Amino acid sequence: MTVNTASAMTAPSNAHSATSTTRQPTRFGYATHLSCRECGATSELGSTHACSECFGPLEVAYDLPLITRRTVEAGPLSMWRYASLLPVPADVASTPNLDPGWTRLIKADQLAHALGMRELWIKDERGNPTHSFKDRVVGVALAAAIELGFKVLACPSTGNLANAVGAAAARAGIRSVVLIPADLEPQKITGTAIYGGTLVAVKGSYDDVNKLASELADEREDWAFVNVNVRPYYAEGSKTIGFEVAEQLGWRLPEQIVVPVASGAQLVKIDKAFRELTSLGLVESAQYRVYGAQATGCSPVAAAFRAGHDVVQPVRPATIARSLAIGNPADGPYVLDVTRRTGGCVADVSDDEIVDAIRLLAASEGVWAETAGGVTLAVLRKLLAEEKIDRDAPTVIINSGDGLKTPDAVVDTSAAVEPIAPNLEAFAALELASRKAS
Amino acid sequence: MTVSVRIPTILRTYTGGTAVVSATPGTLREVIAGLDADYPGLGGRLLDDAGKLRRFVNVYVNDDDVRLAQGLDTPVAAGGQVSVIPAVAGG
Repeated sequence: MTVNTASAMTAPSNAHSATSTTRQPTRFGYATHLSCRECGATSELGSTHACSECFGPLEVAYDLPLITRRTVEAGPLSMWRYASLLPVPADVASTPNLDPGWTRLIKADQLAHALGMRELWIKDERGNPTHSFKDRVVGVALAAAIELGFKVLACPSTGNLANAVGAAAARAGIRSVVLIPADLEPQKITGTAIYGGTLVAVKGSYDDVNKLASELADEREDWAFVNVNVRPYYAEGSKTIGFEVAEQLGWRLPEQIVVPVASGAQLVKIDKAFRELTSLGLVESAQYRVYGAQATGCSPVAAAFRAGHDVVQPVRPATIARSLAIGNPADGPYVLDVTRRTGGCVADVSDDEIVDAIRLLAASEGVWAETAGGVTLAVLRKLLAEEKIDRDAPTVIINSGDGLKTPDAVVDTSAAVEPIAPNLEAFAALELASRKAS
Repeated sequence: MTVSVRIPTILRTYTGGTAVVSATPGTLREVIAGLDADYPGLGGRLLDDAGKLRRFVNVYVNDDDVRLAQGLDTPVAAGGQVSVIPAVAGG
């Protein structure tokens, strides 16, 4: 764990009601340095993402103050209520940004009943300003980019990030450059172009786009590629999903959580959030299991989990779950670490199972999930069927995005609507036909 | 004719700050050996003690990830391009 927990571990057991220390945050809050997850080498807070010693990923380390439930609860109704636990300036909430987060945690009783579960919750990330969890990571990346003196906000994206970067840059009044695979869903292209930044369609897969972005990040000194050269800060934004889940559950951790896996950073950071909350005394220490969800057409992490490997062999993606179609996931090894450490697993589901799950979620809870949300629910169903998940334990699933961005995934399976004449006889005939059909 | 190799920022200390250097064609393993001869220490940053590509290094030959090709046995013909990139990006 990278957090300096010395003060938290020696705090009274009711640390959540203690007063905060008087230590002052810097322009990166209580973050102190970057630390390599592989070799432990440290470096100053700056614009780099790979360890100069071993190429390993750099992660933000903190010297966190004592934070109370009361101070969090008095904060804004956005992810900035957790600003003290992020590498952002203390006044971040008053800067021009999209104020992401504080999305709904839905108690999904009807879905739970359909699945034979006792307590099921959906963390519904559609409630973010551009309708996906990416607004959270971009919020932190934007703050870091400004503090580090960058002039342009950029990214390679499978779509949701493109939307978030375009909108956040527009709100902050800076230029954006977004690189996307040329065959991305039209809704995601329009949802990026509308913000007026530079949109570049690249021939190839997301991994090809990512390669180009990594090369560009080396060449354009004043461009902040949110998920490349400011990735250590960006990824921290996903912790706020975990913070919110715990707070919305009444300051407790769920026993089980199912998280979609693309790069894997979201899953890894939710685990980090749970550990930080525990270390700070904001939640009771409790065991929890983390499960990763992938589409079979892009399931390199699930394959590595099954094979017992600790490295991930890249694949060429072929799935309708485009937002998860990362064949070479940067945080794949750490997803394996977290799921194995907590007693969870990583599993994958077919495109048909994804579509079925999207329809089930919509019909049972009124939540139209993006394909990634379908992946998460479909994996939950699979793990229940295989008895790899406890149907009696409180469980949270993440819906990371909005079905309105990926309508093609379900349009072919939706019932065609035949028009009728505008009179009662026609309506009665329709009802009769429908009763006969059922 | 040689191959061109793009060096990421964090390894340019080995190439005197040069972003693109030349190497002799061959397999990727041979290209890396040639680089190490010209820029001592560079090979050790790309390969681990067992001679395998390091976990967090991505290498592309003509825009293709060598892990999806023949790994270190991937041929790099004269005029070809090699790009070395830190793996931790994206998502």
